[in-house]
Amino acid sequence: MKLITAVVKPHKLEDVRAALETFGVTGMTVTEASGYGRQKGHTEVYRGAEYEVDLVPKVRVEVVVEDGDSADVVDVIVKAAQTGKIGDGKVWVTPVETIVRVRTGELDGDAL
Amino acid sequence: MEINAGDTAWVLASAALVMLMTPGLAFFYGGMVRMKSVLNMMMMSFITIAVVTVLWVVVGFSLTFAGDTGHVIGDFSEVGLKGLLAPEAVSGTTPTLAFVAFQLMFAIITPALISGAIADRATFRGWIAFVVGWTLLVYFPVAHSVWFLNDGNGGWIGDKLKAVDFAGGTAVHLNAGAAALALAIVLGKRIGWKKDPMRPHSLPLVILGAGLLWFGWFGFNAGSALSAGTTAAVTFVNTQAATAAAVIGWLIVERIVHGKATTLGMASGAVAGLVAITPSCGAVTPIGALILGLAAGAICAGAVSLKYRLGFDDSLDVVGVHFVGGLFGSLAIGLLGTAAAPSAVDGLFYGGGVTQLGRQALANLVVGLYSFTVAFILGKVIDKTIGFRLKEDDEVTGVDQVEHAETAYDFLGASGLRGALGRPAPAETENGTTETSKEGANA
Repeated sequence: MKLITAVVKPHKLEDVRAALETFGVTGMTVTEASGYGRQKGHTEVYRGAEYEVDLVPKVRVEVVVEDGDSADVVDVIVKAAQTGKIGDGKVWVTPVETIVRVRTGELDGDAL
Repeated sequence: MEINAGDTAWVLASAALVMLMTPGLAFFYGGMVRMKSVLNMMMMSFITIAVVTVLWVVVGFSLTFAGDTGHVIGDFSEVGLKGLLAPEAVSGTTPTLAFVAFQLMFAIITPALISGAIADRATFRGWIAFVVGWTLLVYFPVAHSVWFLNDGNGGWIGDKLKAVDFAGGTAVHLNAGAAALALAIVLGKRIGWKKDPMRPHSLPLVILGAGLLWFGWFGFNAGSALSAGTTAAVTFVNTQAATAAAVIGWLIVERIVHGKATTLGMASGAVAGLVAITPSCGAVTPIGALILGLAAGAICAGAVSLKYRLGFDDSLDVVGVHFVGGLFGSLAIGLLGTAAAPSAVDGLFYGGGVTQLGRQALANLVVGLYSFTVAFILGKVIDKTIGFRLKEDDEVTGVDQVEHAETAYDFLGASGLRGALGRPAPAETENGTTETSKEGANA
């Protein structure tokens, strides 16, 4: 199994969620996040005092999928989240050892 | 004189309007600090309502408005508001107690204004001690000097020098601004000043506060007519005109210098305009008020950047807005004042020469120096004795938590989940053990 983590623009969350649902992903975890890559932040001014605000609001979407679906799911997320402008985000894949469904105790593939 | 029902109603309503300004100030200042200090910031304003009210009833009114001692302070003849219940106790055309209530609200907001200079880093006990000391040593004598009129034998500023201060540019704003500068120096810079971001945590609160201040200020200025007639109407319109122009003045400067018109600039411009028209609302025409307000907004927008160059951490710009705005509004009487307005003085632009300008300058110079000096010494004494500046660790943790044991916002708790506030602490039982430990023993 693979954990797919995507950090995307907040306004693309709904597109990503809908695309994953269409693909057949049955669950996900969404967290509000902030950070920056090449995009960097912006400047704010309060009574003449300028602040460089480096961290930009993002959402982090996490899904766990079977090994065979991993590449397709990454593709679905990238297509849905893309605007072509700087700051679109990143998607990465990490291996997962074990999953347990808390309600039933089912393991791994059965727990997805 | 006879009691006039209309005048009395207006003065009492104005007292209530001015009372609301201090909670308004709490929002205005509270929104500008970081999340970890908002409760302390608001509490510094609120506690001033309580402390100064007690002082005022016991000795404050008597020291300010009962009799005259050396043209700088009153006497003890009306301590405890003695004798003011009688129907014969009349001040102008209102019961003296209506005047007591109205002036009390001024005595409250003036020290509260100072708190903006010491955001994030003052002990609560130090602040209370300062409010008591400064109000007794500075506000009461200054208010007496400016507003106790007795046919040339009253306070030296208003009755002898004849400087004009209709509603408190000198007695309230410059006075508080000078003390704020002193405290900013005595307490020193916040940890991380100019390095860490110290952005306002809630601009909507700031705007709410500015709105309440603007609303209450009609009581402050037009109520200072102490009658419900032409003077109240003139000062009401002038207050609105100057404030509106000051919003525009501040935003124009911001737009040119920093590229954007901001909500903090809008709220600050409104307050700068209100401050500047306070001494002058009875002295200028509505067109004069527009000019004065536009200039005040622009000047204060520039003045708030001075602290970075001069290196003092006047956290919420009490000096840049209240000292500078109050001084400018007061001096402007010497320029834009017209004998056609209720205060009846001609300024330089109306053929009155520089006489009035000189009077205004002298009054502000003396009050500013006196307030700064006393606040500086008082602040030092408090810091050396009971402690005024928070300990470094406490300041980093946050003044709300260490001084009040509270948290303003619990976002996790708001979602219905167990939040950052955690669980209730175990209750103490009679023999000193806690409920939890007893349960633990039984198990």
